[in-house]
Amino acid sequence: MAIISRGFTGRRSATDAKLPPGQYLTTDFPVLSAGPTPHISLDRWEFTIDDGSNILQRWDWKSFRELPTENITVDLHCVTRWSKLGTSWEGVSLDVLLADTKTDLPYAMFRSYGDYTTNFPLKDVTKKQAWIAFKYDGADLEPEHGGPARLLVPHLYLWKSAKWIKGMTLMPHDKPGFWESLGYHIYGDPWQEQRYSDE
Amino acid sequence: MAGTTVLGRVTWRSARVVGLHDETATARTLAFTVHDWPGHVAGQHIDLRLTAADGYSAVRSYSIASAPRSDGRIEITVERLPNGEVSPYLTQEIMVSDELELRGPVGGWFVWRNNQTEPIQLVAGGSGIVPLMAMIRSRASVGSTAPFRLLYSVREPAAVFYRNELRALSNHDHSMIVTYAYTRVAPEGWPRPPGRIDAKLIASETWSPKLRATTYICGPTSFVESATELLIACGQDRARIKTERFGATGGLK
Repeated sequence: MAIISRGFTGRRSATDAKLPPGQYLTTDFPVLSAGPTPHISLDRWEFTIDDGSNILQRWDWKSFRELPTENITVDLHCVTRWSKLGTSWEGVSLDVLLADTKTDLPYAMFRSYGDYTTNFPLKDVTKKQAWIAFKYDGADLEPEHGGPARLLVPHLYLWKSAKWIKGMTLMPHDKPGFWESLGYHIYGDPWQEQRYSDE
Repeated sequence: MAGTTVLGRVTWRSARVVGLHDETATARTLAFTVHDWPGHVAGQHIDLRLTAADGYSAVRSYSIASAPRSDGRIEITVERLPNGEVSPYLTQEIMVSDELELRGPVGGWFVWRNNQTEPIQLVAGGSGIVPLMAMIRSRASVGSTAPFRLLYSVREPAAVFYRNELRALSNHDHSMIVTYAYTRVAPEGWPRPPGRIDAKLIASETWSPKLRATTYICGPTSFVESATELLIACGQDRARIKTERFGATGGLK
């Protein structure tokens, strides 16, 4: 039973119904990162897919940008409780990147420049659910928002959409990435309010 | 949502307001005693939940300002945001002996543990001082001799949190150094004219890169970005820099 806060009325918004539990709307685009923003030049950028022992696929910026792209409009939900609706991105679907990779490994760890990691069941980053995005609102993605390219997995909390992405490792078993080993939820579904590790 | 039978970090606990005092004209420290509080590490935060009479509730996260204690008492300092939903209530309405709910502690990255002995560089922008103050208080409460240095960037003298306590802690301890950098208004006779932190200030008022300090930077995003870039340009190892950014997310329209 909740404790009523004497004299607290709060402010209800008409759009709250579209938000996952415990979230509130923002119109700006806050930044959350654990450390310094890396600045990665396009001529040394690459994205690789490996299985823990061998590199299975590799793209440099030029070959990555030759892949077919999609325009994506999605809602973002950050574990720090802000949500931002209707954000526009351009990116390459993970379905495209994984098209030539035959694997039975059911999990993936995504890796970033700056050593950030985050984990997923592979089924959460296929079938039009995840992209490597390089444009936001029609412009090249700023470094502080993850440029030159970031992962975008909008159906999970935004810490899963790793900035400064550089690769993914396919894994036989799930294991926690950076925030997932520091007290945040292993999966992170905002609609189930899976914020913290024992939630 | 966690059930009330499971006692963990994510369980909502009842908390009673046991102390209030204003830090500045717009910021207030709230002290709570928390039922079954599991303890915290300096730098961690809590989720705080307010519930209206009709059941509507709002949750916000606040950094803990106090050092870990054994009696379940914690403090937060809240800056009032002009269009905030929760901060005006916490800084103006709430009274001693009121009850609310909170849970935590949360966060295992931006923390200082009292077994860390290396030099520590703290860089605060405005109310970003709060989790860094928890680290300073934690160091003092366990008698740690880890060399600490705080660079505190703040708009004007009247906006400084914890000034007397910072003075007392640094006066009696030569390995606790506090430097203020005023951005808009400096006290009369202050050696540096008001302005944003810059390369010269970083070079003279932070630990030399040779000391391999761990650095904690907390403040608004733009402050954290520029402070981080200046420290790296000055030779600090980027792998030893931890950041906590807060955007302008509280003043919701």
